Amino acid sequence: MQSTEEVPMSVTAERQVVTQQAGVAPDKDWVIVTRGLKREYDMGGEIVRALRGVDVAIRRNEYVAIMGPSGSGKSTLMNLIGCLDTPDAGEYWLSGNLVSSMADDELARVRNREIGFVFQTFNLLPRATALHNVELPLVYAGVPADERKKRAQGALERVQLGDRMTHRPNELSGGQRQRVAIARALVNEPSILLADEPTGNLDSTTSEEIMRVFEGLATGGQTVIMVTHEPDIAAHARRVIVLRDGMVESDDRRERFAEKIQLGGAAAIHK
Amino acid sequence: MPFIEAIRLALAQIRVQKLKSFFTLLGVTIGVMFLIAVVSIVEGMSSYMEHDFVGKLIGVNTVTLRHIPEIGGDMSEAEWREMLRRPRILITDVKPVVDALPPGTQWSAEGYDNVAIASQWAKPTMLQASAVEGDYFSIREMNMERGRVLTQQEMALGTPVVVIGQEIATRFFPKLDPLNRQLKVAGLPYTVVGVAESQGSIFGISLDRFVIAPYRSPLRHVVNRPLVIDAVKIKATGDADMAEIQENIRQVMRGRHKLRPSQPDNFAIETSESALSFWANIKSKLVIAGVVLPAIGLVVGAIVIMNIMLVAVAERTREIGIRKALGARRRDIMSQFLVEAATLSTIGAAIGIGIGILLAQVIAAVSPLPATIAPWSIIAGVLVGAGVGIISGIYPASRASRLDPISALRQE
Repeated sequence: MQSTEEVPMSVTAERQVVTQQAGVAPDKDWVIVTRGLKREYDMGGEIVRALRGVDVAIRRNEYVAIMGPSGSGKSTLMNLIGCLDTPDAGEYWLSGNLVSSMADDELARVRNREIGFVFQTFNLLPRATALHNVELPLVYAGVPADERKKRAQGALERVQLGDRMTHRPNELSGGQRQRVAIARALVNEPSILLADEPTGNLDSTTSEEIMRVFEGLATGGQTVIMVTHEPDIAAHARRVIVLRDGMVESDDRRERFAEKIQLGGAAAIHK
Repeated sequence: MPFIEAIRLALAQIRVQKLKSFFTLLGVTIGVMFLIAVVSIVEGMSSYMEHDFVGKLIGVNTVTLRHIPEIGGDMSEAEWREMLRRPRILITDVKPVVDALPPGTQWSAEGYDNVAIASQWAKPTMLQASAVEGDYFSIREMNMERGRVLTQQEMALGTPVVVIGQEIATRFFPKLDPLNRQLKVAGLPYTVVGVAESQGSIFGISLDRFVIAPYRSPLRHVVNRPLVIDAVKIKATGDADMAEIQENIRQVMRGRHKLRPSQPDNFAIETSESALSFWANIKSKLVIAGVVLPAIGLVVGAIVIMNIMLVAVAERTREIGIRKALGARRRDIMSQFLVEAATLSTIGAAIGIGIGILLAQVIAAVSPLPATIAPWSIIAGVLVGAGVGIISGIYPASRASRLDPISALRQE
């Protein structure tokens, strides 16, 4: 079993150990550890159990895709990982800090310092230039104006948009907008890059372009977490977590995931 | 977010929506404009009253005895009729009054009326002529531009000589030196011995239309019935007790009018303070009007700003979501919208201050009302502007700050 399984047993076992030690702060090397994460919504009197106890452990420098059909809870999990929401039960440790018990302002600080968001709809400020959009996280981090500008310029150059800094979002193509968003996500050097359907609004060529950017970032040591419902996008990640009905259904390396798709067909994952 | 950043953001937002911003701040602009204009006019009148009017007409440290007050407040028909029945002040009252005062106190008696004035260069015109006695010129602090004041000897003898004001000089002696020329006052010739310096004007009415002759000259028979005079002015020396002087005059006059203790005074003792208190009474009413009317504009302005800010929060829900996702705390969002509302309304106030000052100047230019721009009213205008913005921004800003980032991001 161990020889066919490309993930060494020791890593999986380690993950299991770290997700079982309730109340214990994980080692710094574990960027994300969730233990029994639960989240329920009241939809007009009907209780929807979006997450029913999710245990996930992600190490620094991993490139992970979170997959699942709609209603699987992947958006809820992304909101929790992104500190936009707090769980009803369970623990969420981000970079060794217990985020699940934090108050509003602390969560804002964590979002600012630890997380870089990339959204499906880009979510750039329409009236601000690319440069100003990228500067925004630094504004809330309290970085002085001249340093802010320098760092934002650097981030835009890293995504090959050095010549588009003064353009507004409506003057940029979809791929360029998403690259501005990636520059904005990275400008504060976050622990994780959290992408929500990053190619959802892009054609396949541009999607490949964005995936190459992600690949480059992951190779460079950036922790990347990507939520998607497209198996071929998920297949770019090195590890794929599949959610179903608010639980983790599978957690495999890319190669194993690709095998499964071929065995069961995309429909088995996609439903 | 730093304060400067927030203001820059607010200005950018206002620039993007110029027309909307303009209408938003119109209420505040109008409110502050009227505040500045009304306060400027009231302040102008006030400094005028305190420095010029009282000084010119009454004088500091001066007490005036009349049978009817010259500057009176509200008065009923019955009170007015009572005043008209009062006994007049007589020239024979002057000596007993002066004797009751500390030695060295200056005094003057005068009777005046409009009489026909003429010269060989101008037609007769009805103008005010005064018959005076005592230290009239030094109490009035009236200096001569040319010639001299009336001498004690002329006063004692009733010599037919006059001191005239600037307007009389130019009207009756055009392009001539009036000194030693003849002026006909009520048909009799008087020799001009002095031309007074310009006395300025009050609310556009010139104070240079006067003719002053000795009381004992024939003029006294023209301006009043025998022995009757219009006013006795007393000027106390530097440190004298004004209240005590007034009380002394009062007791002497009550004695001379044979009033019983139960009867009220049937004469008036006026001071610069009593004239000022009359003015203060008017001023307080004007200030209330000057504050209440702009306040209505400001309330309307505040409601408009609050509405516009609520719309802005609704329109920019997604922006708020983005900012929150990128690490904006509640207080960052709160201060962003508060600063925006305050900036908007402070700009409105600044425009209002500008127009208000202009309006006050225009009113001052086209009407006799004076205008003084009070620095405190400008500061008040700015503070009121910022205050209105902050107060009307609190509710929309707190709504914005409490938005849930997830649903805010989902909004189209």
